[in-house]
Amino acid sequence: MSNPSLACDFLDFQLKTPFVLASGIIGTSKTLMTRAARNGAGMITAKSCGPAPRAGHPNPVAFDFGGGVLNAIGLTNPGAEHEAELLADTKIGLGPLGVPLIASIFGGTVGEFAEVAKIVAASNPDLLEVNISCPNVGDEFGTPFAGTVESAAAVTDAVRRAVACPISIKLAPNVPDIARIAAAVVEAGADAITAINTMPGMVIDATSGQPLLHNNVGGVSGPALKPIALRCVYEISQAVSVPIIGTGGVSTGQDAAEMLSAGATVVGVGSAVYYRGVSALAGIGQELVAFMHLNDKSTIAEITQRS
Amino acid sequence: MTTVQPTLPLVSTIVDIRVENGYTKTFTLDCHLAASPGQFVMAWLPGHEDKPFSLADVSPVKLTIAAVGPLSRAIHALDVGDQLWIRGPLGRGYHFEPRSAAHLLMVGGGYGVAPLLYLSRLALAEGHDATMVIGARSEQDLLLTEAFEALGVPLWITTDDGSQGIAGRVTDAVTQILDTAPRRPTTLYACGPTAMLSALAQQCAPENIAVQLAWEAHMRCGIGLCGSCEVGAGWLTCLDGPTFSFDPQIEDPA
Repeated sequence: MSNPSLACDFLDFQLKTPFVLASGIIGTSKTLMTRAARNGAGMITAKSCGPAPRAGHPNPVAFDFGGGVLNAIGLTNPGAEHEAELLADTKIGLGPLGVPLIASIFGGTVGEFAEVAKIVAASNPDLLEVNISCPNVGDEFGTPFAGTVESAAAVTDAVRRAVACPISIKLAPNVPDIARIAAAVVEAGADAITAINTMPGMVIDATSGQPLLHNNVGGVSGPALKPIALRCVYEISQAVSVPIIGTGGVSTGQDAAEMLSAGATVVGVGSAVYYRGVSALAGIGQELVAFMHLNDKSTIAEITQRS
Repeated sequence: MTTVQPTLPLVSTIVDIRVENGYTKTFTLDCHLAASPGQFVMAWLPGHEDKPFSLADVSPVKLTIAAVGPLSRAIHALDVGDQLWIRGPLGRGYHFEPRSAAHLLMVGGGYGVAPLLYLSRLALAEGHDATMVIGARSEQDLLLTEAFEALGVPLWITTDDGSQGIAGRVTDAVTQILDTAPRRPTTLYACGPTAMLSALAQQCAPENIAVQLAWEAHMRCGIGLCGSCEVGAGWLTCLDGPTFSFDPQIEDPA
């Protein structure tokens, strides 16, 4: 008879649960992040910050379109310096709860990624997640940083040289060969991979003929993203042996089991907060325990399959 | 997992426009929503932002809108027959499951009276008693007084400048109601400026009257993800609220 435990290891951390609050989901204040940490999260990812404060896009910025969520918030953030203060303060709240804090950064150039990483690293995050799947302003390679092996490796290398803490590179799904990009960023110094970011998409209002988002294009998340996320995590896990934060469309315990079976070490959860409330991660955890009972699994590691 | 209805903007036609005061109108749309009092929608026009508005009724949908920004001014420029988009319902409505024969005390300040009109209609239909307090800065700012009178709800009015009704705050009216009402109210339902809501919560606590407060906040996604509508120590106005049975600036989430 199994006695399931949600405890698991990720790099040097012993986590209480395998669930990671994804970046961009209520990661804007110490109080919201601490609340998520009390409600089932094993790790918390803060909202991405960049070199300068950004207000983000005007409304409309998000919808439930039926098959999932579409959003174009626009990387609203207070800038790296203020974010570093917020992160340091949040760490004080999360420490007693035993929940590691993941900082998330983006930049418009390879140099900016390194600068922002340095500023944020001063707050001592447990992990630094590098958001290369973000809109970029002055990229040096002609495509989004997540889009090619060369640009992804260049950002990884620059951040690796800039900070001492562990780093995870967050990959984009809209690439021809995500496994190749994953292998390249690991070779350039990534300690872990976060897969995946949202998939670019659009909703159009038929009556007006207009895109509904102010930014026209947004990122698809939720159930519609799950098959794409599972495929990406599966392919990445065949190509690298570093741990993977697998995220995309996980809303139930069964979804989490699928993501772990695809090769994720831990499971990122984002839009489920909309579907199930702030205690979503705790609810998914209860369901995962029930799954483990039913399928005679005692540990998270038993569900994860790696080649 | 709960089944969530798609909340894409739904296009509707405006079938009626009623002027409420110098800068506020109630728009009736040709659509229905399965929503409870206290829930809200995000209204949208192509080329504009979407903004939250409480539902003043649902069958058909009515929205009471003050012209205070680009979107609301654009909505005010619309005529009967024009189109307006709404997405929702969003948020949690007032908790309204009274045991027999409740006496609801409702307090609306400024633009906050609209959702209480819908709540009144439901409460009266179920045979409960309701008393309504409408507070405003001055008599020109009063909203929906005739609508409440038409429902037969006893109405108390307060104005800051005394131009109509009691000269004072809604809390002054509540004091008088508690002193004089033949049947003591069981629950206070309020909507309006946050300072007013906090004051009412403080007033009701020693009186042992339960409160249901409809909070307002700046909304971006409206679906619990962006954190813009945080109130107090980690409450999300759009997802945990907008209605709370306590002051969310004082009580913290679990």
